Amino acid sequence: MHHKRRLWALLFALMLVLAACGGGEVDTGDDDGGDDDAGQASGPIDVAAVWTGGEQENFEAVLDAFTEETGVETTYRPTGDDVGAFLGTQIEGGSPPDVAMLPQAGLLRDLAGEGSLTPAGEDVQAAMAEHFSPDWTELGSVDGELYGVYFKAANKSTWWYNTAVFEQAGVEPPTTWDEMLEAAGTVNASGTPFVSIGGGDGWTLTDWFENIYIQTAGPEMYDQLATHEIPWTDESVIEALEVFAQLVGDEANIAGGTAGALQTDFPTSVQQVFANPPEAATVYEGDFVAGVITGETNAAEGDYDFFNFPQVGDAGAAVVGGGDVAVALSDEPGAQELLAFLATPEAAEVWASAGGFTSPNQSLDTSVYPDDLTRRSAEAVAGADTFRFDLSDLQPAQFGGTVGKGLFLRFQDFLQNPDDPQAAAQALERDAKRAF
Amino acid sequence: MASTAADVRPGVGPRAKMEIQRPPGAAKRWLALLFLLPALFLLGAIVVYPTIDTIAQSFQHDTSRAWVGLANYERAAQADTIITALKNNAVWVLSAPAIITSLGLMFAILTERVKYSTAIKIIVFMPMAISFLATGVIWRLMYEPSPSQGLINAAIAKVVDVTGGAGAYPTATVLPDGAATQEPSGAVTLNEPIQAGETALLGLTAIGETDVPEDAVQASQPEVSGNSLGIVVWRDFKPGGGEPGVVEEGELGLPGAQVEVLDSSGAVVASGTTEADGSVVLDDLEGGPFTPRVAAATFSQGFTGIRWLAADLVTPAIIAAFCWMWGGFALVVIGAGLAALPRDVLEAARVDGANEWQTFRYVTLPLLGPVLGVVFVTMVINVLKIFDIIFMAPGASQDEANVIAVEMVRTAFTSRQYGVGSVIAVLIFALVIPIMFLNIRRFRRQET
Repeated sequence: MHHKRRLWALLFALMLVLAACGGGEVDTGDDDGGDDDAGQASGPIDVAAVWTGGEQENFEAVLDAFTEETGVETTYRPTGDDVGAFLGTQIEGGSPPDVAMLPQAGLLRDLAGEGSLTPAGEDVQAAMAEHFSPDWTELGSVDGELYGVYFKAANKSTWWYNTAVFEQAGVEPPTTWDEMLEAAGTVNASGTPFVSIGGGDGWTLTDWFENIYIQTAGPEMYDQLATHEIPWTDESVIEALEVFAQLVGDEANIAGGTAGALQTDFPTSVQQVFANPPEAATVYEGDFVAGVITGETNAAEGDYDFFNFPQVGDAGAAVVGGGDVAVALSDEPGAQELLAFLATPEAAEVWASAGGFTSPNQSLDTSVYPDDLTRRSAEAVAGADTFRFDLSDLQPAQFGGTVGKGLFLRFQDFLQNPDDPQAAAQALERDAKRAF
Repeated sequence: MASTAADVRPGVGPRAKMEIQRPPGAAKRWLALLFLLPALFLLGAIVVYPTIDTIAQSFQHDTSRAWVGLANYERAAQADTIITALKNNAVWVLSAPAIITSLGLMFAILTERVKYSTAIKIIVFMPMAISFLATGVIWRLMYEPSPSQGLINAAIAKVVDVTGGAGAYPTATVLPDGAATQEPSGAVTLNEPIQAGETALLGLTAIGETDVPEDAVQASQPEVSGNSLGIVVWRDFKPGGGEPGVVEEGELGLPGAQVEVLDSSGAVVASGTTEADGSVVLDDLEGGPFTPRVAAATFSQGFTGIRWLAADLVTPAIIAAFCWMWGGFALVVIGAGLAALPRDVLEAARVDGANEWQTFRYVTLPLLGPVLGVVFVTMVINVLKIFDIIFMAPGASQDEANVIAVEMVRTAFTSRQYGVGSVIAVLIFALVIPIMFLNIRRFRRQET
């Protein structure tokens, strides 16, 4: 009897081992979906994005406009903060959403490389050619093949300030880096630290670095750094870090000092500028700061404004931005229809008129933006001499997008020790080597 | 067990009645297997299969699942975030179970025969009712650095500030290249000594408009003569900066600042406090030259709060929150163990003349040994898998607070490196297995 029990146990275990070793293929959904262009409404589609709350309502309004026009039903699913993790598990499980909005271009590249994305069809390509500049089409493509439509853009070169504090200090918004350092000294002397840095959230520090780097090193080197053609120990990186140290090396400039900045997350850093009394005069981040100001502080219109990130060198105005790209993860024809719709100015108008949204769509009439500030920042994105995508979003997730690792971690370490750019650069290069 | 079909004939022999009740041996085994099958299936699908799959994946490429041998293990060995995580886990394992067991023992002994012991046990046990994440949120709020927000720092501030709180102008400083310099102690000293009959201008900056006291008026220079020295302490700022070092129209004096005058040997020969216009005249000064300064006490920041969640303190801070949560568990289990102690042994010890401490050390503690062992081993297993509570650390401290389970999730799901993530999972598995063996062996021993 003992033999029989052991035999059963052995068979059971063997069965499981065979199942484990055999079942490891990544299932990318059905590969034989045919095109349904017979004019009838395609099946319902699942759309996933990171937006919740007010942004979710606005995006669902866009989806409703889509359903009205094409008759395709949509369901919206929020992904939670970690889009990569959410999609990864869904894809492994064989049931990914039909369309997903990716906030990081690196994620687009990773997923396209894995074969989890369906390339954009002809309708989508035509729409992109008609309404977007070639830069955006390029951003949505991997190895020459178009996968995604950039629906929402963010201007990450806007520096927001509390107008009352600037008035009291008698300071005008600076246009160059040296002017900014001078203004910082004056504002500090007036009793309010100049800038609030959300160092607790590492991604804010990467945005600082990118804006400085694109101005000191230029767009070509920026592209080379993004693809790791030049190492992070390059002279240009050290130079940019030294410029950054000019601001953060003097703790008087930062609200709470370096230690305070490292414990402050992004929303708190914005709240500090508009607290009563203000704990800082300015905060730098993207145009989505406006959303945080109106949603989470008591600042009224006119209390806040922004100036463009000050010029460091003589290279001319450069804008670093980000965006959310819509990609198709299944072969549902409805997914392609949604991508084509999102490329049209009508789709952009639905959200743009509601506020808190910038579209890279060149055919969009900028008068639909509800206020001047959004319009200015949108026009800066659309009309920049040099526009580049947020570098940290272009990196593989383990280097550019994970809390406590890679770029996030090393820039936080640099904020702690701004006197040692060499060490920071070397640590960055070590992490980058492992990722690429 | 070796009954055969021949034994089951009804009505045969003196044991016939019993044998009718017993089903045949083979059928009994099949029946048992049938009942067990659903549980076995679930166990296989949810526990055994994923374990084997993960072990297999640790030898495969991240996405393509091609076999790569030990490459993932090499990558994991080189990743310094994994090494930090392992170090932190070691700290956790060495401290948390011991602290919790001791806390539980202490509480159990103290509340053993107290009147409201049940109420106390309920209060100490309550934190167990909430999730790790809720604990994290509560303690994050308690650890806020500012004494006006964080409970712990507020409590410390109450104690520390009794000896002297914040000065009148804690944020103030001076402009560089000015007439005065701020020393490391905070005191603002005039660079060039002056003689009696002169006035020193000590302008301060970085004071907000709202931080100037309400009774302050336009700064002005006092009249001085003979043996007196005049000092003006004022807010040296106008919109746009103004001219530093000059008392200008619109710049307010700073009352309440403590000033001192030092002679050439560095001894304090006079002191005073500024008036509403920021000026003060100090009389009866003999000799010279003198160096006036604003005393360091004026710039004292008081207690600004300890940053509990900064990189160096974050792991102990989180361990404290964890112990708060699980102390109740230890208390309840050890309390039950204490209640089950045979009373006559304790009586005998007391009759023999042992005092409380000796009774505790030589009788109670050894008898409680198994119970303490249970609590300790349970906590070690829990701590090896610690995960949710780590997220209460702010982003900048996440690297120092990192533990192996969080590292696994970040590597596998956020960074999409499934191979290395599986290696970490295998590592956790390997760490927990010996402890589980110990546990099972102890259960078996207890059963016999």
